[in-house]
Amino acid sequence: MRLNYPTNVKIVKVPCTGRVDVLLILKAFESGVDGVYLAGCLEGECHFLRGNLRAKKRVQYVKTLLDEVGLGSGRVEMYNMSSAQGQRFAEVAREMTEKIRSLGPSPVKKQGVRSKVIG
Amino acid sequence: MIVANRKTLEEILAMLKPYKKVLLLGCNECVTVCATGGEREVGVLASELRLSRAKEGQEIEIKEQTLERQCDHEYIDQVRPFVGDYEVILSMACGAGIQYVGEKYRTKPVLPAVNTTFLGVTLEQGVWSERCQGCGTCILDQTGGICPIARCAKSLLNGPCGGSSNGKCEVDKDLDCAWQLIVDRLKELGQLDRYEEIIPVKDWTTSRDGGPRRRIREDLKL
Repeated sequence: MRLNYPTNVKIVKVPCTGRVDVLLILKAFESGVDGVYLAGCLEGECHFLRGNLRAKKRVQYVKTLLDEVGLGSGRVEMYNMSSAQGQRFAEVAREMTEKIRSLGPSPVKKQGVRSKVIG
Repeated sequence: MIVANRKTLEEILAMLKPYKKVLLLGCNECVTVCATGGEREVGVLASELRLSRAKEGQEIEIKEQTLERQCDHEYIDQVRPFVGDYEVILSMACGAGIQYVGEKYRTKPVLPAVNTTFLGVTLEQGVWSERCQGCGTCILDQTGGICPIARCAKSLLNGPCGGSSNGKCEVDKDLDCAWQLIVDRLKELGQLDRYEEIIPVKDWTTSRDGGPRRRIREDLKL
């Protein structure tokens, strides 16, 4: 398909978004990323039945934590797409990048890492 | 189990304001089961604190440690080798654990990261409910195994009151009337005649009214 998506998106592969713990997302922010989004399978199509639904709840929880910390809940999001939706993947990468760019750099920024995908 | 709620980050940050080196202590018992102060919650709080301080451009060093229990001195002793390296201890245990840590390290301020709330059960994952108030004189044999002290908003010994409506308490429409539960349970047990028995005025000296309580088993003492 040779689709383009922003180069600042860094992909972290996990077996299922159900693997993504709250702490993993927080550690990403501690390392200085500006935003994190999870790209999970479509709802109802999780190979492990509820992995993406668990991830969705955890993302909601992390949003409350980020609000508490003062980074803002908009810096973390959950997206759902199938592995056959390359177009959607690129679209989401652009959408999230634009969103994070409008929020500006993370106030806890340390290094040059821009944003991070888990999923 | 003892159920607790974590304090807000704002409250915790305010308590920690003067400190840069923090020993954050979790507990592997009740507060782990109610997902308030176990190893995972210690990690989340430590991360939140680091992010908050980093955002303000302030330093903080946090040592994360989760003890088997904070209500037994042999576990509290495990932090003795390095407790001196930190300015303050922030405990995520119940009120008993927080105080006991303070008693063992008298020169260190020990701060509470949680509000200890009640003795309860897990209704489902993520939902806990109060069952016991530790009054010191159990009457569950008379009330169909349902405690009116802990579960009736008025702790009525002979209920229900006029605020009971359709099995719910007037305090909260989602709250079961304890006395309705008691009557229903006594019916199921075929013991409804027990409902006729008047429970006399309770002797509260076994509860908090008798002052802080203590239990001694001479045969177990070393």
